[in-house]
Amino acid sequence: MKILVVGGGTAGTIVANNLARRLTAETRSGKVQLTMLSASDRHMYQPGLLYVAFGQMTPDQLYRDQASLLEPTIDFHVDPVKQFMLDKNQVMTEAGRIHSYDILVIATGSRIVPDETPGLTEGAEFFYTEASAVKLYKRLREFQGGRIAVAIGVPHKCPVAPVELMFSLHDYFKARGIRDKVHLKYYYPIGRIHTIEAVAKWAKPEFDSIGIEYETLFNIKEVDAKNKILKSEEGIDVEYDLLIVVPQHRGMEVIERDNLGEGGWIPTDRHSLAMKGHDNVYVVGDTTNLPVSKTGSAAHFQAEVLAENIASIIKIGAPVRDYDGKIYCFIEAGRDRATYSMFDYETPPDLKPPSKPMHWFKLSYNQMYWTSVRGLL
Amino acid sequence: MSEPRIIDARDTFCPGPLMELISYMKRASVGDELELLSTDKGSVNDVPEWIAKVGHELISSEQIDNVWHIKVRKAK
Ligand SMILES: Cc1cc2nc3c(=O)[nH]c(=O)nc-3n(C[C@H](O)[C@H](O)[C@H](O)COP(=O)(O)OP(=O)(O)OC[C@H]3O[C@@H](n4cnc5c(N)ncnc54)[C@H](O)[C@@H]3O)c2cc1C
Repeated sequence: MKILVVGGGTAGTIVANNLARRLTAETRSGKVQLTMLSASDRHMYQPGLLYVAFGQMTPDQLYRDQASLLEPTIDFHVDPVKQFMLDKNQVMTEAGRIHSYDILVIATGSRIVPDETPGLTEGAEFFYTEASAVKLYKRLREFQGGRIAVAIGVPHKCPVAPVELMFSLHDYFKARGIRDKVHLKYYYPIGRIHTIEAVAKWAKPEFDSIGIEYETLFNIKEVDAKNKILKSEEGIDVEYDLLIVVPQHRGMEVIERDNLGEGGWIPTDRHSLAMKGHDNVYVVGDTTNLPVSKTGSAAHFQAEVLAENIASIIKIGAPVRDYDGKIYCFIEAGRDRATYSMFDYETPPDLKPPSKPMHWFKLSYNQMYWTSVRGLL
Repeated sequence: MSEPRIIDARDTFCPGPLMELISYMKRASVGDELELLSTDKGSVNDVPEWIAKVGHELISSEQIDNVWHIKVRKAK
């Protein structure tokens, strides 16, 4: 039995490690072979990028060697998939190797596509990649005052990041003693300031009390980088001095190229996590088309369910659990307070008042992440 | 005209139905019809509000067995 995991990020790593542990006897006896193909020999803790953007972490602190995170029974190759041949139960890699599988797990994540919005790459700063987070930090450091506009593309991963960014911007300029010279305005795609109603209800008075302005029903259309004007689909023009954007996302190119899913989002059963129309292909993490937020948290809970199910399919011939839509997200409310939001398909998110202990918990989680992807937490 | 694209945003709190619709709308072509399925009663107001503000077209909105079916057409 060959199990192939494609993608060595949050979801793929947890699936593979969890499977390796559940199937120790089977992998030792050679009954099961567990292989992982990924695009990088390093694993990035992506939530740390927000700290990099404010000079609170340096990029090297975000990485671990991927091989060091994996159980020794996992056969790991840095050789990304170039082509999925689902009809033959095979994939072909960039190096030209063919890997056959009995069970395939696709966990290739998502990517920002700023070039799809005219003027965005020239006119805006980002923080969803290492280079852009470092560049944003330098821009913020130079910034002496003026209008900062923050706008959000759709779809995007980590839906709480924009709110966290606003609190961090406020605290950062306050600490520099120039908050009164900085006009902060937040532009959000739907009719309230966050897609989770409880977060919107909590964040609105918080924004009001610290002078963060907002405009809702604002979807980025294009940027006139020369004249520093952000234009919305809804016909609004915004002048800015510094524009910070969470650009719209897509899944990986290979997913679209091989027609696995429009936009790179693979049609996935919301409970079994099977790719629709394929019994032996499963999808986890950002690259699913599930209507759940694209977060490490969703990736984690999906990966745990899937690994348990694949192991039980091998042991007893049937899966044992359904993914229930569970997500748990920390929300940083500045430099020293945090809260969290937890929900699933049925239970709406609730929100507790932010506290210092929750912020410390988030700081510890930044380290605990490595234990979590090893499948130990 | 082909069948409308179904966007199943039932039982979702984040990203939520309107955010799902915006995401599909971005990839659709002018003239395409999309049908949003939502169990969030807020969709009955916030989807038409956004559609009107951008200038797309609301075709219909009806509730069947506690699910709202909101049909829209991409106009620009
Ligand atoms: C700034 C920022 C802040 C965030 N904050 C939070 C947070 O607070 N909480 C939270 O829960 N989430 C947060 N996230 C989101 C979280 O990091 C992602 O949702 C999560 O990493 C998704 O996991 P994944 O396994 O689907 O994708 P990834 O972790 O991105 O992994 C994808 C993997 O696929 C590999 N790959 C790509 N193409 C191929 C190919 N062709 N063949 C083989 N392998 C391939 C890549 O090398 C990578 O290893 C944040 C993200 C960012 C950018």
